[in-house]
Amino acid sequence: MATTDVALRQATGQAGQKRVVNNMSIQVATVNGSGSQSSNSVLLRSIFQMGVPVSGKNLFPSNIAGLPTWYTIRANKDGYIARKKEIDFLVAMNAETAKEDVMSLAAGAAVLYDEPLGLDKLRNDLTFYSVPYDKLVAPVCPEAKLRKLVKNMIYVGVVAKLLDIDMAQVEKAIRKQFATKQKAANLNFAAAKAGYDYAASSLTKQDPYFIQPMDKTAGKIIIDGNSAAALGSMFAGVTVVTWYPITPSSSLVETLIDYMKEYRIGKDGKATFAIVQAEDELAAIGMVLGAGWAGARSMTATAGPGISLMAEFAGLSYYAEVPGVIWNIQRVGPSTGLPTRTSQGDILSTAVLSHGDTKHIMLIPNSVAECFSMATDAFNLAEQFQTLVFVMSDLDLGMNNWMSDPFEYPTTPINRGKVLTKEDLNRLGSFSRYKDVDGDGIGYRTLPGTEHPAAAYFTRGTGHNEQSQYSERPDDFERNMERINKKFETARSFVPRPEVITTGKAKLGIIAYGTSHWGIIESRDQLRNEYGIETDYLRLRAYPFTREVHEFIEKHDRVYVVEQNRDAQMLSLLKLDIKPELVTRLRSIAHIHGLPLDARSVTDELSSMEGK
Amino acid sequence: MATTPTSTPAPKTNRIGLTVLDYRGGKTTLCAGCGHNAISERIIDAMYEMGVPPERVIKPSGIGCSSKSPAYFMSRSHSFNAVHGRMPSIATGAVLANQKLIALGVSGDGDTASIGVGQFVHLMRRNLPIIYIIEDNGVYGLTKGQFSATADLGSKLKTGVINDLPPIDTCAMAITLGATFVGRSFSGDKRQLHAMLKAAIAHKGTVMIDVVSPCVTFNDHEGSTKSYKYMKDHEEPIQDINFIPAFEEISVEYDPGATVQVTMHDGSRLQLHKLEEDYDPTDRIRAISRLHEAHENNEVLTGVFYVNTKAPSFIDMLDMTPEPLATLPESVVRPGREVLEQVMEGLR
Ligand SMILES: Cc1ncc(C[n+]2csc(CCOP(=O)(O)OP(=O)(O)O)c2C)c(N)n1
Ligand code: SF4
Ligand SMILES: [Mg+2]
Repeated sequence: MATTDVALRQATGQAGQKRVVNNMSIQVATVNGSGSQSSNSVLLRSIFQMGVPVSGKNLFPSNIAGLPTWYTIRANKDGYIARKKEIDFLVAMNAETAKEDVMSLAAGAAVLYDEPLGLDKLRNDLTFYSVPYDKLVAPVCPEAKLRKLVKNMIYVGVVAKLLDIDMAQVEKAIRKQFATKQKAANLNFAAAKAGYDYAASSLTKQDPYFIQPMDKTAGKIIIDGNSAAALGSMFAGVTVVTWYPITPSSSLVETLIDYMKEYRIGKDGKATFAIVQAEDELAAIGMVLGAGWAGARSMTATAGPGISLMAEFAGLSYYAEVPGVIWNIQRVGPSTGLPTRTSQGDILSTAVLSHGDTKHIMLIPNSVAECFSMATDAFNLAEQFQTLVFVMSDLDLGMNNWMSDPFEYPTTPINRGKVLTKEDLNRLGSFSRYKDVDGDGIGYRTLPGTEHPAAAYFTRGTGHNEQSQYSERPDDFERNMERINKKFETARSFVPRPEVITTGKAKLGIIAYGTSHWGIIESRDQLRNEYGIETDYLRLRAYPFTREVHEFIEKHDRVYVVEQNRDAQMLSLLKLDIKPELVTRLRSIAHIHGLPLDARSVTDELSSMEGK
Repeated sequence: MATTPTSTPAPKTNRIGLTVLDYRGGKTTLCAGCGHNAISERIIDAMYEMGVPPERVIKPSGIGCSSKSPAYFMSRSHSFNAVHGRMPSIATGAVLANQKLIALGVSGDGDTASIGVGQFVHLMRRNLPIIYIIEDNGVYGLTKGQFSATADLGSKLKTGVINDLPPIDTCAMAITLGATFVGRSFSGDKRQLHAMLKAAIAHKGTVMIDVVSPCVTFNDHEGSTKSYKYMKDHEEPIQDINFIPAFEEISVEYDPGATVQVTMHDGSRLQLHKLEEDYDPTDRIRAISRLHEAHENNEVLTGVFYVNTKAPSFIDMLDMTPEPLATLPESVVRPGREVLEQVMEGLR
């Protein structure tokens, strides 16, 4: 430790302040397109490398450059990585929002600001540090046009100094960030160093926040959910990928393209995949179905607006029984409605996407690790059940960086489902495409190109009999509808089971899913510690619901269903599925602000609904 | 007991030993006399004569009377009757999954030029190997006779309604966008359509054939420009088409001044005997302008308007392994543990 640290340390504790170690949220307020992304990643990584559990959330506008952006880093020794409502340390870089950002802080927070903004006059219950960025950046960055970018790395150095983040870790993080660009790495480190030196010589530590080394991140990785989904899809053996760009799903396919080019080119230099940017989502899903029908493992990634366009084809897939995987990275919508904000708003519409009676299998990851592992589940289920499988991620999971244990190599073999080959047909003589031979509702299919005169069948929507001949007979139609429903019932025992935590003494249950999980685990502790409310918890991981879900509701007096949408969408699906007498046990806690769910909001609402 | 056994002659077979019956489909449910039925017949004949294994063919289609027709030919081929206007995407996905498939897509003029125009346009751009047939009757047959976007200006519905919007020329569009074999024919022109389909089978790239196919129920009356009578009076073939498959070792003399010979991907020869002086089917710009001229002159040009055997197909561009992606084994499509380890290391 440098000796100057000691001096600063001593300066802290003014007014008998208690040191707050490894428990804070840092918010960086910048302008979209100003290049603060790398600085924020470096800050996040530096804390991570010091062994402190951390999460980073980018709150960005639907804009390429010019509008305000906030990046929040939460460091928490207890491993709580949900969004924290309160900001402890603000880095105010955006003149436009600076005033409002400062005014919204709770007393005691610290503010680091660009000197000309003169924010210290705004309030007297905060700690202010000013930094003359323009003066500091000039000597380290002679090239004027790079200064705007490099300036951001200065605050990393200042924050490092003030919070006691190890500069060696900052340097390591910078070198990782600019791995292939040594010059950029040097330049950025010089900027961070200039910030650090300035803080050491000119700022006096007055806030209580510190980062100190821990051992809670050893061996862990940092990755965003979309990259994890891309990796998962590659290891699940995807061969045909189609897409139409849309935030927040584009990066999933863009990352997948990189991975596939690196790891899925054969020794002969030929691709073992095809990736096509389609003309729209109608074509994207059509290609997925064409490929799935012809036997490929096919997928697309999209968000709500794309899902809406896919509706007709989704129904055809359901009735023609064609496999495919669709990643739905949920966001707020439609049109220009907060497209860059997170949401769990497509649960209900995706579950029944299309017209007529349709019910789709949905998998719901809560973590980057599940984005990875559920890819294999999704492709296997799609081929096993010959239907679309939707993986319901969201913007918070997909586009933000999360720490995780390294992913485990998939142990489940690739399951191609019931496909008859030429040899099978030689043995059987013929087959009936839509006949329930095994009692699970799932028929046998053949792939186009199978060299057998009895291999072909005619694929169409609902109007067919067991031999896939055109039929409008009521009995054929009804039998087919019932069989397809049976498949869905069969799927209940094959989809991922929920994660259930029971304390054995709770009358209250919480049901949540996806990224809400992170707020819930923290909220349960708050409810216990602050209100003495004990809760059991079930995290849904799939639709259709499995046996455990019904049992959980049956075992609790009241069950709070927490979700990030207005209309209690999952609760509605549960209502359709559970015994009518249990319906009144369900209570909704719904959040619709476009920000990732935080624990405090849940705790406040649940405790007040419990009359506390 | 008869002393001289009477033997029925063995049925005629093609070069892979199949009879024409092996290329038949189910009994048609379209109206008697519908042009679409005649097109199904031509497809059967062309596939049979070319000796295409039916199991290698797929028949994607959209929605419409036309799109139903794959049920009425080649029952030994997989069919996919998809949703309205989206045959191109189904076909694209299937061909990507298995590039060894021979895709013969059937669509209607409504299916292609209205609801499906977006997918049509992009399929043409990609030059995906596929034979795309529009069974073009100028109306929506299945929804009982409304105008489609290929109906000619001034054409009249049975109800007396006059079309006052210009038609979309799907051939001009296909050539502009990048299709590499583009022609128009008439369901009643047996010889021409037959030769054109055989050439289509030999082509590698997007084949787009707009086949005028009268709807006897809704658009075959006086005042229609897609009726049998109108076509008999106005069809202007630009060439006399002769197709010599690669497997037929015959040499056919031709006069290079009067005939354009195109050597197809498989070595087959397409001989286009010019009925119109100076028409060069390898000149894109000229082909497009000739089609526009035809509209001005109220002519219905038929023939092979454009052919290009040099352009790379979508499959070439993707640079895929020659094996069908659909059946690649786990050992090929799931990278090893060391790959995951390496990626994880980079994220630490
Ligand atoms: C999304 C959708 N909209 C409308 C329809 C109704 N529809 C069925 S067939 C058809 C028109 C078919 O016309 P065309 O493609 O020209 O085929 P034809 O029957 O003339 O051969 C329409 C509009 C539909 N099936 N789907
Ligand atoms: S309605 Fe017209 S297009 Fe349809 S089957 Fe009858 S004749 Fe053919
Ligand atoms: Mg039509």
